[in-house]
Amino acid sequence: MSVVVRTVARLLLAPVAIFGAYVVMHGHLTPGGGFQGGAVIASAIALVVVAFGAQRLRKQKKTLSVLEDVGATAFAVLAFLGIGVTFFYNALAGTGGLFGQTVPIGPNPGALNTGGLLPLMNWAVGLKVLAGLGSMVLLLGLLGGDDDR
Amino acid sequence: MTALTVLQVLLLVLLVMCGVLAVWLKDLLGSVIALAAGSLLLALQFYLLQAPDVAIAEAGIGAALTTALFVLAIRKTRRKEEE
Repeated sequence: MSVVVRTVARLLLAPVAIFGAYVVMHGHLTPGGGFQGGAVIASAIALVVVAFGAQRLRKQKKTLSVLEDVGATAFAVLAFLGIGVTFFYNALAGTGGLFGQTVPIGPNPGALNTGGLLPLMNWAVGLKVLAGLGSMVLLLGLLGGDDDR
Repeated sequence: MTALTVLQVLLLVLLVMCGVLAVWLKDLLGSVIALAAGSLLLALQFYLLQAPDVAIAEAGIGAALTTALFVLAIRKTRRKEEE
Protein backbone atom coordinates (compact mmCIF):
# COMPACT_ATOMS: atom_id res chain seq x y z
CA MET A 1 0.00 0.00 0.00
CA SER A 2 1.03 3.63 -0.46
CA VAL A 3 2.92 5.82 2.01
CA VAL A 4 -0.27 7.66 2.96
CA VAL A 5 -2.03 4.46 3.95
CA ARG A 6 0.99 3.21 5.90
CA THR A 7 1.41 6.46 7.83
CA VAL A 8 -2.28 6.70 8.74
CA ALA A 9 -2.25 3.05 9.78
CA ARG A 10 0.75 3.66 12.06
CA LEU A 11 -1.06 6.61 13.64
CA LEU A 12 -4.41 4.85 14.09
CA LEU A 13 -3.26 1.40 15.18
CA ALA A 14 -2.78 2.08 18.90
CA PRO A 15 -5.96 4.21 19.42
CA VAL A 16 -8.13 1.60 17.70
CA ALA A 17 -6.72 -1.26 19.77
CA ILE A 18 -6.99 0.71 23.02
CA PHE A 19 -10.59 1.69 22.28
CA GLY A 20 -11.41 -1.98 21.65
CA ALA A 21 -9.86 -2.95 24.99
CA TYR A 22 -11.88 -0.17 26.65
CA VAL A 23 -15.13 -1.46 25.15
CA VAL A 24 -14.36 -4.99 26.36
CA MET A 25 -13.32 -3.84 29.85
CA HIS A 26 -16.43 -1.69 30.38
CA GLY A 27 -18.73 -4.29 28.85
CA HIS A 28 -20.84 -4.66 32.00
CA LEU A 29 -21.31 -0.89 32.42
CA THR A 30 -21.58 0.74 28.99
CA PRO A 31 -22.91 -0.30 25.56
CA GLY A 32 -20.77 -2.86 23.88
CA GLY A 33 -19.12 -5.87 25.38
CA GLY A 34 -16.99 -8.85 24.49
CA PHE A 35 -18.17 -9.26 20.92
CA GLN A 36 -18.13 -5.58 19.95
CA GLY A 37 -14.77 -4.86 21.59
CA GLY A 38 -13.24 -7.98 20.09
CA ALA A 39 -14.46 -6.90 16.66
CA VAL A 40 -12.86 -3.47 17.14
CA ILE A 41 -9.51 -5.02 18.14
CA ALA A 42 -9.79 -7.41 15.18
CA SER A 43 -10.23 -4.39 12.91
CA ALA A 44 -6.83 -3.18 14.19
CA ILE A 45 -5.37 -6.52 13.03
CA ALA A 46 -7.15 -6.05 9.70
CA LEU A 47 -5.57 -2.59 9.45
CA VAL A 48 -2.10 -4.12 9.79
CA VAL A 49 -2.88 -6.85 7.25
CA VAL A 50 -4.24 -4.39 4.67
CA ALA A 51 -1.60 -1.67 5.12
CA PHE A 52 1.61 -3.68 5.65
CA GLY A 53 0.79 -7.00 3.97
CA ALA A 54 -0.12 -10.30 5.57
CA GLN A 55 3.48 -11.61 5.47
CA ARG A 56 4.31 -9.37 8.45
CA LEU A 57 1.94 -11.41 10.63
CA ARG A 58 2.65 -14.87 9.17
CA LYS A 59 4.22 -16.10 12.41
CA GLN A 60 1.26 -14.89 14.51
CA LYS A 61 -1.11 -17.45 12.97
CA LYS A 62 -0.29 -19.96 15.69
CA THR A 63 -0.63 -17.29 18.43
CA LEU A 64 -4.11 -16.34 17.25
CA SER A 65 -5.14 -20.00 17.21
CA VAL A 66 -3.93 -20.47 20.80
CA LEU A 67 -5.68 -17.26 21.91
CA GLU A 68 -8.96 -18.49 20.45
CA ASP A 69 -8.68 -21.77 22.35
CA VAL A 70 -7.84 -19.92 25.57
CA GLY A 71 -10.90 -17.65 25.18
CA ALA A 72 -13.32 -20.52 24.60
CA THR A 73 -11.88 -22.61 27.45
CA ALA A 74 -11.88 -19.67 29.87
CA PHE A 75 -15.55 -18.99 29.14
CA ALA A 76 -16.52 -22.60 29.85
CA VAL A 77 -14.36 -22.77 33.00
CA LEU A 78 -15.85 -19.49 34.33
CA ALA A 79 -19.34 -20.83 33.69
CA PHE A 80 -18.49 -24.00 35.64
CA LEU A 81 -17.16 -22.04 38.66
CA GLY A 82 -20.62 -21.75 40.18
CA ILE A 83 -21.68 -25.33 39.43
CA GLY A 84 -22.41 -25.80 43.16
CA VAL A 85 -25.59 -23.75 42.69
CA THR A 86 -26.24 -23.91 38.97
CA PHE A 87 -24.43 -23.63 35.63
CA PHE A 88 -23.56 -19.96 34.86
CA TYR A 89 -24.10 -18.99 38.53
CA ASN A 90 -22.23 -15.75 39.30
CA ALA A 91 -20.01 -17.11 42.10
CA LEU A 92 -17.86 -13.96 42.36
CA ALA A 93 -20.56 -11.30 42.72
CA GLY A 94 -20.77 -9.61 46.09
CA THR A 95 -17.80 -11.43 47.62
CA GLY A 96 -15.57 -8.34 47.74
CA GLY A 97 -12.16 -8.02 46.17
CA LEU A 98 -11.53 -7.69 42.45
CA PHE A 99 -14.80 -7.48 40.46
CA GLY A 100 -16.72 -8.50 43.59
CA GLN A 101 -17.83 -5.12 44.98
CA THR A 102 -21.50 -4.41 45.43
CA VAL A 103 -23.08 -1.73 43.25
CA PRO A 104 -23.57 1.59 45.14
CA ILE A 105 -27.17 2.67 45.70
CA GLY A 106 -28.52 5.63 43.74
CA PRO A 107 -27.29 7.39 40.61
CA ASN A 108 -23.61 6.70 39.95
CA PRO A 109 -21.27 6.84 36.96
CA GLY A 110 -20.75 3.07 37.13
CA ALA A 111 -18.35 1.15 39.34
CA LEU A 112 -15.81 -0.88 37.38
CA ASN A 113 -15.14 -3.38 40.17
CA THR A 114 -18.65 -4.84 40.15
CA GLY A 115 -20.30 -7.58 38.15
CA GLY A 116 -18.57 -10.67 39.50
CA LEU A 117 -17.82 -13.09 36.68
CA LEU A 118 -19.31 -10.91 33.94
CA PRO A 119 -16.17 -8.78 33.23
CA LEU A 120 -14.03 -11.91 33.13
CA MET A 121 -16.49 -13.57 30.74
CA ASN A 122 -16.43 -10.41 28.61
CA TRP A 123 -12.65 -10.72 28.40
CA ALA A 124 -12.97 -14.39 27.40
CA VAL A 125 -15.49 -13.59 24.65
CA GLY A 126 -13.39 -10.63 23.49
CA LEU A 127 -10.28 -12.82 23.24
CA LYS A 128 -12.20 -15.46 21.28
CA VAL A 129 -13.75 -12.93 18.87
CA LEU A 130 -10.54 -10.97 18.25
CA ALA A 131 -8.60 -14.17 17.56
CA GLY A 132 -11.34 -15.64 15.35
CA LEU A 133 -11.99 -12.57 13.19
CA GLY A 134 -8.29 -11.64 13.13
CA SER A 135 -7.20 -15.06 11.91
CA MET A 136 -10.00 -14.97 9.32
CA VAL A 137 -8.61 -11.74 7.80
CA LEU A 138 -5.01 -12.98 8.16
CA LEU A 139 -5.72 -16.28 6.36
CA LEU A 140 -7.42 -14.45 3.47
CA GLY A 141 -4.39 -12.16 3.24
CA LEU A 142 -1.97 -15.10 3.22
CA LEU A 143 -3.94 -16.87 0.48
CA GLY A 144 -2.21 -17.10 -2.90
CA GLY A 145 0.88 -15.14 -3.82
CA ASP A 146 2.60 -12.30 -2.01
CA ASP A 147 1.45 -9.35 -4.14
CA ASP A 148 1.49 -6.22 -2.00
CA ARG A 149 -0.13 -3.70 -4.35
CA MET B 1 -40.81 17.94 11.76
CA THR B 2 -38.09 18.14 14.35
CA ALA B 3 -34.42 18.45 13.54
CA LEU B 4 -33.87 14.83 14.55
CA THR B 5 -36.41 13.57 12.01
CA VAL B 6 -34.83 15.66 9.26
CA LEU B 7 -31.40 14.25 10.14
CA GLN B 8 -32.70 10.67 10.09
CA VAL B 9 -34.40 11.13 6.70
CA LEU B 10 -31.21 12.72 5.36
CA LEU B 11 -29.15 9.78 6.63
CA LEU B 12 -31.46 7.28 4.94
CA VAL B 13 -31.36 9.18 1.64
CA LEU B 14 -27.54 9.24 1.81
CA LEU B 15 -27.56 5.51 2.64
CA VAL B 16 -29.60 4.71 -0.49
CA MET B 17 -27.27 6.92 -2.54
CA CYS B 18 -24.27 4.99 -1.22
CA GLY B 19 -25.94 1.71 -2.17
CA VAL B 20 -26.69 2.93 -5.71
CA LEU B 21 -23.12 4.22 -6.02
CA ALA B 22 -21.73 0.83 -4.92
CA VAL B 23 -23.68 -0.89 -7.72
CA TRP B 24 -23.06 1.79 -10.35
CA LEU B 25 -19.26 2.21 -10.04
CA LYS B 26 -17.05 0.20 -12.40
CA ASP B 27 -14.00 0.56 -10.15
CA LEU B 28 -14.50 -2.16 -7.54
CA LEU B 29 -12.32 -0.42 -4.94
CA GLY B 30 -14.51 2.69 -5.11
CA SER B 31 -17.52 0.40 -4.83
CA VAL B 32 -16.17 -1.06 -1.60
CA ILE B 33 -15.50 2.41 -0.19
CA ALA B 34 -19.09 3.43 -1.01
CA LEU B 35 -20.30 0.31 0.82
CA ALA B 36 -18.17 1.21 3.87
CA ALA B 37 -19.54 4.78 3.88
CA GLY B 38 -23.08 3.36 3.78
CA SER B 39 -22.22 1.09 6.70
CA LEU B 40 -20.95 4.07 8.70
CA LEU B 41 -24.14 6.04 7.96
CA LEU B 42 -26.17 3.02 9.10
CA ALA B 43 -24.18 2.94 12.35
CA LEU B 44 -24.99 6.63 12.91
CA GLN B 45 -28.65 5.89 12.24
CA PHE B 46 -28.59 3.07 14.82
CA TYR B 47 -27.08 5.48 17.33
CA LEU B 48 -29.82 8.04 16.69
CA LEU B 49 -32.42 5.28 17.18
CA GLN B 50 -31.05 4.70 20.74
CA ALA B 51 -29.25 1.43 19.94
CA PRO B 52 -25.56 2.18 20.68
CA ASP B 53 -24.77 -1.50 21.14
CA VAL B 54 -25.83 -2.33 17.59
CA ALA B 55 -24.08 0.82 16.35
CA ILE B 56 -20.70 -0.34 17.73
CA ALA B 57 -21.18 -3.79 16.20
CA GLU B 58 -22.17 -2.27 12.84
CA ALA B 59 -19.20 0.12 12.82
CA GLY B 60 -16.76 -2.64 13.81
CA ILE B 61 -18.01 -5.43 11.55
CA GLY B 62 -19.68 -3.59 8.67
CA ALA B 63 -17.40 -0.59 8.20
CA ALA B 64 -14.02 -2.03 9.20
CA LEU B 65 -13.80 -5.81 8.85
CA THR B 66 -15.97 -6.28 5.74
CA THR B 67 -14.05 -3.49 3.98
CA ALA B 68 -10.74 -5.14 4.86
CA LEU B 69 -11.97 -8.50 3.52
CA PHE B 70 -13.18 -6.90 0.26
CA VAL B 71 -9.94 -4.93 -0.20
CA LEU B 72 -7.89 -8.09 0.32
CA ALA B 73 -10.10 -9.98 -2.16
CA ILE B 74 -9.71 -7.20 -4.76
CA ARG B 75 -5.94 -7.27 -4.22
CA LYS B 76 -5.92 -10.99 -5.00
CA THR B 77 -8.05 -10.58 -8.17
CA ARG B 78 -8.81 -7.69 -10.57
CA ARG B 79 -9.73 -4.13 -9.73
CA LYS B 80 -11.86 -3.21 -12.75
CA GLU B 81 -15.24 -4.73 -13.48
CA GLU B 82 -15.52 -6.37 -16.90
CA GLU B 83 -18.05 -5.11 -19.40
